[in-house]
Amino acid sequence: MNHLDEQRLIEYAGGDTGDAGTIERHLRECNGCRENYEALRRVLQAARALPVPEPDAAYEARLWQRLAPQLEPRRAHFDWREWFSLRRLAPAGAVAVLVLAAFLMGRFWPRPGGPGQTAGGGQAESLSHLPQVRERILLVAVGDHLDRAQSILLEISNAEPAGAAAGKEVDISREQQRAEDLLSANRLYRQTAQRAGDAPVADVLGELEPLLLEIANSPAKVSSTDFEELRRRIEARGLLLKVRIVDSKVHEREKAHTAAQPQHNS
Amino acid sequence: MADTDAAQVALVLGGDPDAFRVLVERHGRRLFRLAYRMTGNEHDAEEIVQDAFLRAYRRLDRFEARSHFGTWLYRICANCALDLMRKRHADQGRREPAPHEDDPDAPDPLESAASADPNPERLVLSAELGAGVRVAMNSLSATERAAFLLRHVDGFSIEEIARSLKLNIGATKNCVFRAVQKLRRHLEPLVSEAR
Repeated sequence: MNHLDEQRLIEYAGGDTGDAGTIERHLRECNGCRENYEALRRVLQAARALPVPEPDAAYEARLWQRLAPQLEPRRAHFDWREWFSLRRLAPAGAVAVLVLAAFLMGRFWPRPGGPGQTAGGGQAESLSHLPQVRERILLVAVGDHLDRAQSILLEISNAEPAGAAAGKEVDISREQQRAEDLLSANRLYRQTAQRAGDAPVADVLGELEPLLLEIANSPAKVSSTDFEELRRRIEARGLLLKVRIVDSKVHEREKAHTAAQPQHNS
Repeated sequence: MADTDAAQVALVLGGDPDAFRVLVERHGRRLFRLAYRMTGNEHDAEEIVQDAFLRAYRRLDRFEARSHFGTWLYRICANCALDLMRKRHADQGRREPAPHEDDPDAPDPLESAASADPNPERLVLSAELGAGVRVAMNSLSATERAAFLLRHVDGFSIEEIARSLKLNIGATKNCVFRAVQKLRRHLEPLVSEAR
């Protein structure tokens, strides 16, 4: 067995590995890895040993005293105005739109093989009467999504490095908001592309997702170190290039659909 | 416990805010410990716990009875701590040094707890280690700190942490990994000396 890298040791120390038995055996046999693991364990122990002061006996009473005046009594009765309020309906509406979009996309996701084919395989014939324009709309939507994702990656990759070098914080609030906006659509397009067997699109969206999540969940201003780390991850995976390639292929397919449309209609 | 919590939640939802007091008394200390570990400051920890209970009360109708109330509350508290830390970070522009970081004469709260051996040389090393842990913890981003504490101190699963911090599994694993790497960079020389 090869030596254990840091990631495996950390996962093992946290009980997050499926092959604990193999790792234990290796640790028994390999002095270098055992010493490395022991050093890691001591670090974790030291970090866990940070003492926490115990609040005094009146803590809960004090806490309740401060909380109670702020707790408005809840309405126990059914309030139709509340039920139909925009706050309640908005998430339900968003879910309904996504479900409908997923349904339509699953049926009409265009195969990379060429325009006019549906993802349903055997259903292609029965669906052939449906307007091909829907397929083109989906390609436009995915192309647009990739354009937007690409512009976020570009902005991060090309951000002015002077501020970061000076140890200043970097404001990524704009990218953060845009990444958040793209997340649910990204998930939906990825799942649909996977189901339709469109591996290039599914793969690139799959790689984009954790990065969009991380950007969306980052603070509005990040330290220059964290920013550099983010940039390094984008560059290390060649993500920008991958998105650019898939994006241009999607646009080509979109054009092919547009060109093929008059033939379908004739 | 989960059933009793669910019963109290049902009472609160039925219009009895006093029933919430039982939940505050039952979970307050556990939340305080999490908030303190996140911020290293008692005053902030109390503020976070209060905010967490208030947020939980206002969102109580979103709590699903089949899940564990304590875990749900814990997640809210972790998020309140994250919000406060991010706000502080944004307000200050850059982090403030820990109280004893710039003052070598300031008493270190870790000094007494870090070692049972009264040997003066060892005490000096424990004090250094204690200060080192604080510096190391401060080097983590708020999310890394939360992910690390939830995983390696509170024993949450990666999936639970991912849900709490609204990250996916891969990003959560990365977060914990980065946190341990940073801690290791800071602390490994100190823990080797303190042996």
